[in-house]
Amino acid sequence: MSAPEVVVLDYGSGNLRSAERALEATGARVELTTDPERALSAQGLVVPGVGAFAACMEGLRAVGGDRVVRERRERGRPTLGICVGAQILFAAGIEHGERTEGCAQWPGVVEQVRARRLPHMGWNTVRSAEGSRLFSGLAEERFYFVHSYGVHTVEELRAGGALVTTAEHEGDVFVAGIEQDALSATQFHPEKSGAAGAALLANWVSALD
Amino acid sequence: MSVAVRVIPCLDVHAGRVVKGVNFTDLRDAGDPVELATAYGAAGADEVTFLDISASFEGRETTREVVGETAGTVFIPLTVGGGVTSAGDVDALLRAGADKAAINTGAINRPEVIAEITHRFGNQVLVLSVDARRDPDQPSGFGVTTHGGRKDAGLDAVEWARRGVELGVGEILLNSMDADGTTNGFDLEMIRAIRSEVDVPLIASGGAGTVQHFVTAVEAGADAVLAASVFHYGTLTIEQVKDALAAAGHPVRRGS
Repeated sequence: MSAPEVVVLDYGSGNLRSAERALEATGARVELTTDPERALSAQGLVVPGVGAFAACMEGLRAVGGDRVVRERRERGRPTLGICVGAQILFAAGIEHGERTEGCAQWPGVVEQVRARRLPHMGWNTVRSAEGSRLFSGLAEERFYFVHSYGVHTVEELRAGGALVTTAEHEGDVFVAGIEQDALSATQFHPEKSGAAGAALLANWVSALD
Repeated sequence: MSVAVRVIPCLDVHAGRVVKGVNFTDLRDAGDPVELATAYGAAGADEVTFLDISASFEGRETTREVVGETAGTVFIPLTVGGGVTSAGDVDALLRAGADKAAINTGAINRPEVIAEITHRFGNQVLVLSVDARRDPDQPSGFGVTTHGGRKDAGLDAVEWARRGVELGVGEILLNSMDADGTTNGFDLEMIRAIRSEVDVPLIASGGAGTVQHFVTAVEAGADAVLAASVFHYGTLTIEQVKDALAAAGHPVRRGS
C-alpha cells in the first residue's frame, strides 16, 4: 500500500514548514498547494493558520478554501484544521469587537478566552473526548497552545454529535479538539507538540485511505 | 489542569554557529545549532530560543537556514531574536520556520514597529526582549539597556514592558543584565516589578545557576524560564530543572 497523501493548504498564513515536516514524519507524502482543485482531491487536507481570524478567513476565501472545506466534508474526505485554521471552521469569530463570518461547519463563535494571562501560551493538558480517534492513546499528554481566542459552546457542539476535547486556562473551558465525520480540528499546534503532537498527527493520517 | 512552566534553552548563534559556552559531551559538534537544538528537544526543552548575534546580512541568512533545518527536525516552538526591525524581518523568520520573533533594539528605536508586526501576524508572534538592569534614576528602579547592557536606552524597564504590551507584544523576555552570567540567581525583584504591570506571559532570563533559582523565578511571577550556559555546559539538565519545579508544586511537561 502506498503512503497516504496529505495536502497542506497554503493561503498565506503561518509557518507551513513545520506542519509539512511533522506530517512527513508520520510517513505521509506531503505537498503544499494554493490550488483549490488539488486541495479538494487530496486524501487528506490540512488547513493551518496563525494570526487574526479575519485575515485568515480573507486569505482562505482568496484561494477558494471555504468551498474546498465544505465540499470535502460533503464527500467524506478528511480535513484537519489547526489553530486559527480550526477557528475559521466555526460560524464566526469576534476579535477586537469585529465579527467575521467563518466557514460555518460547526456552530459556535470564536471569542476571547476568559483569563487574565493571555495569550494562553504553552503546554497544557486536555480532557479528551471518549471514543476520540485523534487523541487515542494520548489522554495524559500536554500539547502546545498559543492563542487568545477560542470556542466555548462545548455542550452545543456535543449535542450536535461532535466529539469535543477540552482544555482549561484559569478556569475557562474551551474547545481543544473536535472531530465529527470527516472534519477534525485542534486549537493547539500538533506540529509543535513534540512526540505527543506527532502521535496525534499519526492517528489522523492512519485514518486516511 | 493548567499550562506548564516552560523551560527554554537559549542558543547564541553567529553566522550559523553556536558561539557561547557550549560543552555538550555527547555531541559530535558542539557548535552546530541544529544538532544542539535537536538534543535539547529530545531532552524535554519546551521551546528553543535562537539569539542571532550576526552583524552581517549573510550571517542572518545563514541563521534563517539553521532555523529552517531545526524546524524540520525538532517539533517544538522556535523563537528567533536578533536584528528584527520590521514586519518584513518577522515574515522572513516565520517563512524560514520560526514560530515567534523576539524584538529588542528595533522596538526601542521605533516602537510603532510592534503594532505593524502584530497587526499582520498576531500578537502571539512577537516577544519583547527587554535587557534591563538596576537603575536608581528610573522610577521603577530598573532601566532598559542596549548593546548587551553597555548602553543606557533611557527608558524605565517596567514602563517599557507595559508600553510594549499596549502596542501588541504577546510575551516579555526579561533579561537581567546585572544577573546575567553570575549564576547567582535571577533578579527576583525585577521579575516581580514587571509581573505586577503586565498580564502577558513573562520569560525570566539571566543568572540561573541552580535548580532552586528556577523555582524562585517562577514563584516571583515568571511563566517560563530561560537559560544558556548552565544547560550548554551540562551543569544542569532540563529534566533536573523540571524535577525541582515539580517538587515545588509547579506544573511541568514530561517527555519530549
